Amino acid sequence: MVVAKTGNEAMAYAMKQVNPDVVAAYPITPSTEIVQIFSGYVADGLVDTEYVAVESEHSAMSACIGASVAGARAMTATASQGLALMHEMLHIAGGLRLPIVLCLASRSLSSPLNIHCDHSDSVASRDSGWIQIFCESSQEGYDSVVQAVRIAETAFIPVMVAIDGFILSHCMDRIEVLEDKQVQDFVGKLKPNYNLLDVDHPVTVSPACLPDSYFEHKRAQAQGMNDVLPVIEKVAADFGQKFGRLWKTIDGYRTEDAEAVIVCMGSAVGTTRIAVDELRKQGKKVGMFKLRIFRPLVADVFKKVLGKYKVVGVLDRVEGVSGYVTPLTVEVRAALYDQAPKPMVPSYVYGLGGREFEPEDAMKVFEELLGFAKAGKAPDGTGYVGVR
Amino acid sequence: MASIKALCKEPELFSSGHRACAGCGEALGVRQVLLAAQKPVVIVIPTGCMEIISTLYPHTAWQVPCFHNAFENAAATLSGVEAAYKTFKRKGEITKDINFIAFGGDGGTYDIGFQALSGAVERGHRMLYVCTDNEAYMNTGVQRSSATPMGAHTTTSPAGNKIPGKVQWRKDIVEIMIAHDIPYAAQAAINNWSDLANKVQKALSVNGPSFINLLVPCPLGWMYPSDKTVEQSKMAVDTCFWPLYECENGVYKVNYDPKDKKIPAVEWLKTQDRFRHLFKPGNEHLIEAFQKEVDRRWQKLLGKVPKTV
Repeated sequence: MVVAKTGNEAMAYAMKQVNPDVVAAYPITPSTEIVQIFSGYVADGLVDTEYVAVESEHSAMSACIGASVAGARAMTATASQGLALMHEMLHIAGGLRLPIVLCLASRSLSSPLNIHCDHSDSVASRDSGWIQIFCESSQEGYDSVVQAVRIAETAFIPVMVAIDGFILSHCMDRIEVLEDKQVQDFVGKLKPNYNLLDVDHPVTVSPACLPDSYFEHKRAQAQGMNDVLPVIEKVAADFGQKFGRLWKTIDGYRTEDAEAVIVCMGSAVGTTRIAVDELRKQGKKVGMFKLRIFRPLVADVFKKVLGKYKVVGVLDRVEGVSGYVTPLTVEVRAALYDQAPKPMVPSYVYGLGGREFEPEDAMKVFEELLGFAKAGKAPDGTGYVGVR
Repeated sequence: MASIKALCKEPELFSSGHRACAGCGEALGVRQVLLAAQKPVVIVIPTGCMEIISTLYPHTAWQVPCFHNAFENAAATLSGVEAAYKTFKRKGEITKDINFIAFGGDGGTYDIGFQALSGAVERGHRMLYVCTDNEAYMNTGVQRSSATPMGAHTTTSPAGNKIPGKVQWRKDIVEIMIAHDIPYAAQAAINNWSDLANKVQKALSVNGPSFINLLVPCPLGWMYPSDKTVEQSKMAVDTCFWPLYECENGVYKVNYDPKDKKIPAVEWLKTQDRFRHLFKPGNEHLIEAFQKEVDRRWQKLLGKVPKTV
C-alpha cells in the first residue's frame, strides 16, 4: 500500500505494526511526533503495548531496559539531548545485550542550542554497543525499523535507526507500507534468553563484575558486534526478497570508473546523487557511496569497496571536535591504512545544525576531490562545506 | 499482624554469605522486608552497597529475580518491568500475581534517583519502593546526602575548624512521597520488625505505588560498634528523631509513641562518632538546635494525625 507520510509518521507506523510489548518514551524535537502518534495508537487500542510516559529520556531507556530484561519487546524514540541524556543507559542496554530498538530523528547537540539536523547525537553514541543504521529516506527509515527488530532479536544487540531530523522526520513523502501481517511474520516472536518475570527460575541480572570477570564480559560483547554484520545483511536480503526493497550496507552510485568518490550518510545521499548526475553530464568521473551501517564499523567492506579509488572524500554531518579530522574520516582512513596503494581520504564537515546542503555544495566538494586526484595529494585537515 | 513465629517459617529470600559489613543495617532491612513480602516478588536495586554486597559475579544472595540497572533509575527500571508484566498479564502470557519491590539507598532515592522515583510514583505503577536510609553515601565511603542529619560528619561535610559537619537538616522524603497522593507511605526502622512487616504487607496490598522509608543504621558511616545496629535504630526511634508512622490514603497514623520513654537526642548523638565534634566546648548550641528540630518535626507530625479515631 502506498501512503503519504512524514519520516516520523512512517517510523511510528512501523512501530505500530511491530506492536511492541512496551514503549517508554519522552518527547523531544524533532522526534516528538513519533511518541505522539504512537500514544494515539495506544489510546485507540490499536496496539497491545503498555506505554510508559516517563519523565525523562534517561528514564525512557531505563524503563526499556527493565522491560527488555523482563522479556518484553521494547522500543523508544528520541533525538539530540534526549539521546545524550540516555547515554549512560545506552551502554547498559548494549552491555546486557538487550534487543531494544530506538528510532532517532538526528539533531545537533547543544551548545549553542539548535533543533535542526546533524549527526552529533548518534555519532557521540557510537561506542555504546548499539547497531546504528543511517537512512537516506523515510522509506528506508520505515523499512529499517521493521528490519531492526529482527536484527536486534537475532543478535541480541540493540539497534538505533536514524533518520535526519526535519529533513526526513517532517518531510511528507511517498511511502510503501507493508500489511500488518507481513510485518508480524517478518519480525516473528521474541525469544529471550532469560526472563526476570520467570519467578520459578530466579536470575540476578547485571551483577557487579570485578577485574577478574569484567574484561571477559566486554570481550564477549565485542565478539557479538564483530559477528553481527552477516545478520544485518541477511535480514536486509530477506526483506529485499520478500518486499522488493534491498538496502545495502554500503551502496555505490556511478562509481565504476570514478576518479573521485564521496562517502556520506543520511539524507545527504540523495543530494549527492544529484550532484553526481550533474557532473557526469559534464563528463566528470565522480561517484558516491552511501554508508548505511555506521555500527558495526564495516572496515572490511571499506577495504573491499573503497580501496581501489584514488580519492575518497568523507562527508560527515558532525565535527567531532577532536582537533583532527571527522569521526567517519578517521574510521575510513584506519580501515584503508594497510592498502597499497591507498586512497587519499580528505575530510569534510557539512550541514551542522541544519545548515542546508545543496547539490551545488556536493559538486564543489567533487571538484576539489578531482583536483586532489589530479595533483596526487590532498590536505590532511578538514574542509568545511557551506560555513561562512 | 505478622508474628515472629510466622516470619521465621518464611523461606530466606536474601541468603547468608553475602559481603555486607558486620552489623549492616541494610542487609537486615532487606531480609526483613523479603520475609514479610507476599510472594512471588521481583526486585530491582540501584548501584550501591546492596548491589556490591549481594550480586558480586558469579555469586548472588538473591533467591528471587533481581535486576540491578544503574544508580539513579531503580524506580524507572521497575516501571519498565511492571509495564512488561502488565502486557504479558493482559495477553494471558503470565498468570501469576507478582509483587514488585525496589530497594534504593538514600543516595539513590533522595538525591540522584529522586526524579525517576517521582515520575514512577506519579504514573501509578503498582510497586513498593523501599528506601534503605543510612543517611549518607556509604558505598563510596560516607559522603553526605540530603538524608544526612544536621551536624553529622561525613567525608564531604567534614567537621572542620570553621564548619561543624553538615549544615543543613535532612530532606523529609516521606512527606514528599505523601504529597504525591499515593495510597500508602510509611516510615519504619529495623529494630521494630513487627511494625516493618505490617507496613510491607500493607504496602503490597494497595493497588498502586507505595513507599517505605526504612532506617538502616550503618556502623561504618555512623561510627559505632557493629554489634549496636539494632540499638542504634531503637534509639533513633525513641528520641523521636525517626518516628514510626504511616499515611494510608491520606490519613496519618503514628505507629509508635515513646511518650514518657522519649529520650533526649543527645543520648543518641553521643553514641556515634559522626557527631563527636558536637561535644566539643562551644558547640552546645548545635546539640540544642538538633533537639529543637527533632521536637519541631515530631510535633508537626503529631499535628497531622486525626484527633479523634
